[in-house]
Amino acid sequence: MREPTVRTQKIKKDTTRTRLIFFGILALILIICSVFCEYLTPYDPYLQDLKNAKAPPSLSHLFGTDRYGRDMLSRVIVGSKASIFSTLLLVGLVTVLGTMAGVFGGWHGKRIDTVLMRISDMFLAFPGLVFAMAVAGVLGGGLQNAIIALMAISWPKYARIARSETLVQKEAPYLKAARLSGSGTLKIVFKHILPNIIGPILVTSMLDIGTMMMELAGLSFLGLGAKPPTAEWGSRMSDARSLLSSAPWVTLSPGVAIFISVMIFNLLGDTIRDYADPKSRGR
Amino acid sequence: MDQPALKVSHLTKVFTRKGQPDFTAVDHVSFSIQAGECAGLIGESGSGKTTVVNMITRLLDPTGGSIVLNGEDITRMRGKELRKVYARMQMVFQTPAESFDPRCTLGDGIGESLRNNGRSRRETRDEVARLMEVCGLSADFASRYPHQVSGGECQRAAIARALAIKPRLLICDEATSSLDVTIQKEIIALLNKLRREKDSDLSILFICHDIALVQQFCNRVLVLYKGKIVEQGEVDAVIRNPQDPYTRRLIDSIL
Repeated sequence: MREPTVRTQKIKKDTTRTRLIFFGILALILIICSVFCEYLTPYDPYLQDLKNAKAPPSLSHLFGTDRYGRDMLSRVIVGSKASIFSTLLLVGLVTVLGTMAGVFGGWHGKRIDTVLMRISDMFLAFPGLVFAMAVAGVLGGGLQNAIIALMAISWPKYARIARSETLVQKEAPYLKAARLSGSGTLKIVFKHILPNIIGPILVTSMLDIGTMMMELAGLSFLGLGAKPPTAEWGSRMSDARSLLSSAPWVTLSPGVAIFISVMIFNLLGDTIRDYADPKSRGR
Repeated sequence: MDQPALKVSHLTKVFTRKGQPDFTAVDHVSFSIQAGECAGLIGESGSGKTTVVNMITRLLDPTGGSIVLNGEDITRMRGKELRKVYARMQMVFQTPAESFDPRCTLGDGIGESLRNNGRSRRETRDEVARLMEVCGLSADFASRYPHQVSGGECQRAAIARALAIKPRLLICDEATSSLDVTIQKEIIALLNKLRREKDSDLSILFICHDIALVQQFCNRVLVLYKGKIVEQGEVDAVIRNPQDPYTRRLIDSIL
């Protein structure tokens, strides 16, 4: 008889917490950079120096200079304010407004719910970015209008999540108990429903930061976002694309900045999703 | 006090659904509970027990009939008025763990009705501690979350929550059904203790499908079958001499 072999199974170590801290810190650094960007630039990002135009990356200008001789590193750093800050503003606004609409519809049910959901269907029926371009085009360019346009295309997603979660929670026995405790509708919504539905909504919005940043840059690239001379990353790329062959660094440096920050926020979103989902972590 | 603690007359609930025949879940149910009395409502699952109590607590709107609590008609009350009524009527739910908000501590849940009725944070905390002691829970349970305690402990907390506002009528909707037999016994003992402490004040409507438990615990029994009350009377009399064929079957099944 053969001896039974004992197999040991390697338990994968849970790295979610470590990843969360790591990406959290990276994201925080980005945000802090965008808040204090004016103090971090080696040169004045708007100072033109035509003698030094289109200079390739060197020790004095790490990312080179653009066609007017402005230091690209400074412009990328200053651009983080427009890009990161407006993205966070956009995601924050759309999360709050979408959730409000969804909870309102889910809580009231009946006709209000139907009307709200049909409206959100209408918004979802258009291809997202094309619709945003149309809205931004009608409103005219500018970062503010680009934010409004992107809010218009992205609120239905939040409204739908919030609505379906509210419908689930609405039937829970603990809400009946809260009602019997004499809590009014406002208290029930804010104290009982919101804390119980906020998890999946927060995860969605974290995952959305990367997408929104891209779409905002996309609108700016098309000339519907930030207006020159604002150093927004998307519009900078668009502006310099004629120089792609002669001075590629002018296009590449904001591109790399978008790439890195989108990646950081996406990975942070993924990590938060893993962290919030207890099934993927055990108890 | 001559007027009954609760008087329900011709209470009816009809569920209508498109493309389906109307379903009468509760059909002209009438009964009353005197102050200090404990009435048992029994019936098989699907007989409409929960629908009846959901209508009495106004979590569900009745199709017809009236509900009178201490001489006050609450059938059509809404909003603020209704919230005042809940100070006199409380309910213990069938599923203890789910009747507490998973994001709030048990202490918060128990104290919610006190806070809503204008007690200060400190008063509420002291009262919650006292209630938990009455219900046999140690003080540190106040800071625990529903998923951190057992079903029996959670049900004790639910009873503490129901008693917090000192109601005149306590409705127990199958409060012991999801618990195992020994814990069930403890909860019944707790309810009995509370009844004796409060003398004649607290009336209880005890919903149950276990006629043996009703016999132990209640003065009077109402038998609900397919949405109608088929028999009611003193517990012992009904059990000794059942009139309705369903009641007979119910009693035969446990003997």
